[in-house]
Amino acid sequence: MTTPRTTPLYDLHRRLGARMVDFAGWSLPVQFPTGTLAEHAQARTQAALFDVSHMAQVSLHGDQAAALERLVPADIKNLPQGRQRYTCFLNETGGIIDDLMVARTPGRLLLVLNAARTETDLACLATGGLDHEHHTDRALLALQGPKSASIMARLAPQAAALPFLGVTTCPIAGIPDCWVSRSGYTGEDGFEISVPAANAEALAEKLLAEPEAAPAGLAARDTLRLEAGLCLYGNDIDMLTSPIEAGLAWTIPKRRREALDFPGAITIHDHLVHGPTRLRVGIRPQGRTPARAGTDIAAPDDTQAGTITSGTVSPTLGAPIAMGYVRRDLATEGAPLVLLVRGQRLPALQAPLPFVPHRFAAR
Amino acid sequence: MAETRYTKDHEWVRLEDDGTLTIGITDHAQDALGDIVFVELPAVDRDVVEGETVATVESTKAANDVFAPLGGRIAEINENVVDDPGLINRDPTGEGWFWRMEPADEDAFETLLDDEAYEAYLETL
Repeated sequence: MTTPRTTPLYDLHRRLGARMVDFAGWSLPVQFPTGTLAEHAQARTQAALFDVSHMAQVSLHGDQAAALERLVPADIKNLPQGRQRYTCFLNETGGIIDDLMVARTPGRLLLVLNAARTETDLACLATGGLDHEHHTDRALLALQGPKSASIMARLAPQAAALPFLGVTTCPIAGIPDCWVSRSGYTGEDGFEISVPAANAEALAEKLLAEPEAAPAGLAARDTLRLEAGLCLYGNDIDMLTSPIEAGLAWTIPKRRREALDFPGAITIHDHLVHGPTRLRVGIRPQGRTPARAGTDIAAPDDTQAGTITSGTVSPTLGAPIAMGYVRRDLATEGAPLVLLVRGQRLPALQAPLPFVPHRFAAR
Repeated sequence: MAETRYTKDHEWVRLEDDGTLTIGITDHAQDALGDIVFVELPAVDRDVVEGETVATVESTKAANDVFAPLGGRIAEINENVVDDPGLINRDPTGEGWFWRMEPADEDAFETLLDDEAYEAYLETL
């Protein structure tokens, strides 16, 4: 067991009384003294600050859009300057190697990768002949919530003016060289801010000094993203899941569907034309019992239907929510399922995603 | 004054005047779990053996088993923690109790950790 790596905000987390956990090889705050439910509410009603420095930031310098398109099914060539987009690295069978954000900023493409997949992703880039720079000297902060924009309006008007999925470089509260995007993974309006490691703590303290802001940990981040119907790599998507099964067909534009010039294109084409054998769906258990990842799902006729991949009690709804994969013939909004939890057969209904409406900034 | 003893699974067990046992999770346990959002309690009159899983307590993060600290019969359950699981966080050794049971063996209580032994055990974690 190797010692987990620490982020540039480690000392600050300890001072704030965070409970630290090992996550994907990183020591990160799972919660602060206020607790997960309060942190969740903070992000839904005010603004919550998350340390997401474990995620890798990678630059592809020069014009490498065509090379990147050989690894992902998104439109990268026509990604406008100052814009960001969600996509997946795919393997030869159309499985998801990782999900990532790609931003175009002057002179390069900027990628944000999952911590647990970084090594694999970097190997993919290298194998694909892409020249890349892994920014290990920068932190990544996520300010999420309906009050994020008013905080940013005071500290960085240029960032506050960004549309949803816009990116820019500007100082924040006088701290230079911040790469800011209007994005996040909570379903709320918000910003992700890349900052040089040496200035990360100063920036976090400036943001936390704002009256609407408070720190939040990984546990709240997970309940927020699940309410927002967003996939967690390793739970809801993995090497054996295609983007079509995962409900991510929207990330593959017409040009790429026609050209079929990305890894696993044959499988993706088959899934698009004939439908995959299973689909990711939202699930609302009808009682109070949450169904966790790994829970077996049965059809009303008692045949096997699938498996839960994420499940919790929604702090916003005060009721259990889950996502999972079910046979395509069963995947219908409102249709019943049976969840097998601790030997009990719990009734559930398929529900539209997200469970809590997204409230992103205007595009 | 009723005596309270403990298990290494961070449960407290209080010996009541009538010989029944009241069981809950310790302050250490509720703090480690974080905000509790769901509790499942055993059926009244169920016979349980020591170490058997009889309840489930879930935080936003995960589900955790709660074990029978001793064998016996479930006499009563605390519906208040089912309706308001946060009660366990707020008052783990009082209003946040889980269930009462009649022990199969009256002397078995003495085998549990006393205050001092539990405190010493926490120091080793």
